Amino acid sequence: MQRRQSSKTPKQPLKVHHKNQTDLSAWRKRGTTDPEKSLQNHQSPNYQKDDNNQYSLEQALSYFEKVQDCVSLKKNSVLQKHLTTVESIGLQRGLPPEGFNVLLNVALSGKLADKVNTRLLKSLVPASVIPETSVVSSVSWLCVSKCSSNVQVLFLRWLITVFDFIDHKEKLHALYGFFFSFLQDEKMCPYACHLLYLLTRKESVKPFRIRRLLDLQAKMGMQSHLQALLSLYKLFRPDLVTINLPGKMKTFFKNSEGPWKAAINTVRQRNQENFPVSCPLFLGTAQPQSRKRKWNAQLIIPASSTNKNIFEKDREKNCVNLYSTNESFPVEQLQTFSRLLQNIHRLEFPSQMGSVLTNPLLLHYMNCIKDESIYLRLYYWMGQTLQEECTWCVADNSQYEEEFKDFLETIYKTECFLQEGFSSCEEFLYKSLPLWDGFCCQSQILRLVSWIPLSSFSEMNSQLYDPLAQLFFTSSLYFKCSVLESLKELLQNWLNWHLIHLDSESDSQVHSLNTTLSGLVNTVAELIHFVGRISTVALHLENNNTFLLYFILDFYETVCDMYLRYNLPLLIMPPAGVFYPALLSMDPVSLNQLCYIMYRYRTNLVAAKENELSKKKILQFKFSNKTYQEYNQYVIAMVGCLWTSSVFQKDIHPQGLRMDDELLKKTTVQEYKSSFNIVYHPAMMGYAALFLQQAWPDDTTFNFSLIKWNWYLEYLYAQGLKGLKVFIESSINRVSEASHSNAGNVQE
Amino acid sequence: DPQRTTFLLRKQWSLYSVTPLYRFSDAHLRDYSRLLSAFIAAEKQKGLAGGGGGEGLAVEVGVELDVKVAISSLPELKGSNRDQAAVLVQLSLRPSAFSKNSEEKLIWSGCFCSVSGDDLSENMREDFTCLPLFLANGAESYTAIVGSWFQKTFDCCFHRLAISPFTLSWMAAMWTGCKVDKTASAVELVFSVPCLPQPLDISYAIHPEDAKALWDTVQKTPGEVTQEEVDVFMDCLYSHFHRHFKIHLSATKLVKVSTAIASAQCDGNIKFLQSQYLTGVLMLLTELAISQIQ
Repeated sequence: MQRRQSSKTPKQPLKVHHKNQTDLSAWRKRGTTDPEKSLQNHQSPNYQKDDNNQYSLEQALSYFEKVQDCVSLKKNSVLQKHLTTVESIGLQRGLPPEGFNVLLNVALSGKLADKVNTRLLKSLVPASVIPETSVVSSVSWLCVSKCSSNVQVLFLRWLITVFDFIDHKEKLHALYGFFFSFLQDEKMCPYACHLLYLLTRKESVKPFRIRRLLDLQAKMGMQSHLQALLSLYKLFRPDLVTINLPGKMKTFFKNSEGPWKAAINTVRQRNQENFPVSCPLFLGTAQPQSRKRKWNAQLIIPASSTNKNIFEKDREKNCVNLYSTNESFPVEQLQTFSRLLQNIHRLEFPSQMGSVLTNPLLLHYMNCIKDESIYLRLYYWMGQTLQEECTWCVADNSQYEEEFKDFLETIYKTECFLQEGFSSCEEFLYKSLPLWDGFCCQSQILRLVSWIPLSSFSEMNSQLYDPLAQLFFTSSLYFKCSVLESLKELLQNWLNWHLIHLDSESDSQVHSLNTTLSGLVNTVAELIHFVGRISTVALHLENNNTFLLYFILDFYETVCDMYLRYNLPLLIMPPAGVFYPALLSMDPVSLNQLCYIMYRYRTNLVAAKENELSKKKILQFKFSNKTYQEYNQYVIAMVGCLWTSSVFQKDIHPQGLRMDDELLKKTTVQEYKSSFNIVYHPAMMGYAALFLQQAWPDDTTFNFSLIKWNWYLEYLYAQGLKGLKVFIESSINRVSEASHSNAGNVQE
Repeated sequence: DPQRTTFLLRKQWSLYSVTPLYRFSDAHLRDYSRLLSAFIAAEKQKGLAGGGGGEGLAVEVGVELDVKVAISSLPELKGSNRDQAAVLVQLSLRPSAFSKNSEEKLIWSGCFCSVSGDDLSENMREDFTCLPLFLANGAESYTAIVGSWFQKTFDCCFHRLAISPFTLSWMAAMWTGCKVDKTASAVELVFSVPCLPQPLDISYAIHPEDAKALWDTVQKTPGEVTQEEVDVFMDCLYSHFHRHFKIHLSATKLVKVSTAIASAQCDGNIKFLQSQYLTGVLMLLTELAISQIQ
């Protein structure tokens, strides 16, 4: 069974990129390195306020530590104050581990009124963990029955809710018998059952306990909580529990989440916001459990955890080499930048590379070490996740758009941090853009486009430009501007990449992208020509819209400076379809922008010419005569337009403004020759009128011929038309004032 | 021992593609069994406690806890010498002291394999193991647990491997042409009619000898199949159907193909029926899995 023809696509070598730039500012270093204190201490932007909070909490704790019997809440304002402090801090930011011992002791000792105890218990929300010792001492208070039964029940409910926050549970297991004895209390029984359910291990199941449970059931009837505990016993020791229990059933404990659940979530969220480093990002907070999807198709970025598998192997190695102290540092403990620096030599990447996306410290580490397998692992994970979760490529995914958006956003942020694009993301874009409606996750997709890596990949045309152009022409003005913006960023990212690699060339680094300079120049040129084409069409479609023109000219502001700013031997002039709409624009902003761009082209071309002349050796790249010609044509048109009022005669560009006098006379416009100079140009007329008003306040005839160009120019420069200033100063020889001038062209 | 691969026959397997496993080693299979077994126990416990104190409190009672894990190498299952040896994962229930029969009961099996998967394994770095095709048989909850453990431990991704109608038509043609000794079962194609308020499936069964005769007239070079031949074969079947029922099957979606060799469904389930063609089918599936990964 051989197939002659295969459907698979030709293989491409996996691309692995070198890392260029580290954004240290992304890691905002925080005050202390003590993870516990940092939880309640210095996370808020308002340090002063935090210190105050910290201080008043300490005061409150020391008050409760020493408080004497029978203090009445009503009469004692000090108690009131401290109680409020504990409540507000507990519910908003959670209490530090050391607070639990004090507060549990006082709440369960019966020293204070029940009302106070209840309020204290209700505010016991952990910021991080609850020390097991504090729970053990509370149980001893419970056994001496100093507090009321309501407080006892409330305590058990609290214990069930915060069970997962207790740091160790060994001693708690040792108290199993005590908890079991609480079953006798009718009020406590359901909660004690639930707690026992959480604590039960195989060894806890004893015949006398089973008998006791059966007795209770006989006495109280079929209670769901007793049944649940019995079923668990039966599960562990089917030999001991021989009664028939309903086979497969869902058993429910009464809702014992109590008043803490909401506060715990608030505190957890708050701490997560403040801890971008240590907390795994779970995308899709909207009840991920209720999603009836394939087991592996949840869009979750894995949490950083140590690779236990590698641990295993290391241990074996250590057996051989007993003197090896090369123990790796678990990523879970990597909380601060200084920890990273201290342990950078013995850090292991997490077991799932995807987790680095949400961990800036690991991204720093990734930036420092060169290991191809890191990128390969990320490549597979990201490629598969993007492919499976894409909301427009996979039919049933449309309801999860928000999650997918967040995921794309995270990838984009990572790319910005690493200053490089992921090849899996690039491939995803090529695969999914032809199917994209241009609407779903719009800003995320367009931002990801700006990080497509620079390579001499010749299929860019069909993979990126064609689908993008189709959407571009058929979508709104806003979409057009967004596309242009992201293509400008793409160009800038490529140029930055080129600049950095030019610097590191001396390190005899092999270009990881396999690009030669000529391949690179071709790729960049292709992009600029593409933008030129779509810009020309878009200006037609949108009727030379000023907003659109701004984005187009913004793109060319980068293009015109490529030689000097980015050391790339390439300059490409804008097409006539962009140049002339800008030159004849109704808006001074566009005209000014065009003047600035032409000035930068001039500066770059002059510099290139000088380099070419001064260097003896033949340069690998030099600008073609065509570029100089195009520039000269444009400058002639501009000067003829704005300055010498001779554009209709002198413009030699094939798509330019040259027109016969006969034809112009038919328009019946008087003074048609001067109608586009800096006074009469529709974009400038407003300035001219204002200038006239200021110079001759009494003149109402708007006699523009009164304007002295020298003064008028000074006025225009003062109005902020800096682009016009640099253009006129560089490209126009002002022989005599306001008279015929020659364009100072860059000569071939 | 070719007998070792017969366990794959006559069972329904769910297909997955798996990205290369990072730092997986054949030498540690015993350790992996132990770790996976601990992981399964922990997952079961978690399920029992309902996610801890604060979380959802639904409790399921009556699940078995005592699962034995066996991970073994299956070097018989490969296409070329460059393929990695397949890895077989088996979960079975330990006999409890109180049940009557004392045999272990196999409850789930999964198999990672690569049959002529050179496209992926060529030039792959040493610390990656390429076993791009994963087959699972048994409760999906176990697939989920085992899959999660592999994902966590070897940083790989699992994804369901759907079979497109295009590929199904290839399978129909290729498998029709295969020689089978004993009286073969019918070639059956199931088509699903789109855009209807109620789902409507059309089953098209052809006598295997008729199908084979048709294919023999279409195929030019024995042992080779081309896209053109597949198209002609399917078109012939479509026009025959149209002549009788006036229904254009080309406008429907091919969702299932059953032949004497194997039976495959578009949702990514397969049943192997002939041991002599097992490697051939697996080779095709490996190729599909690789194209999903790359």
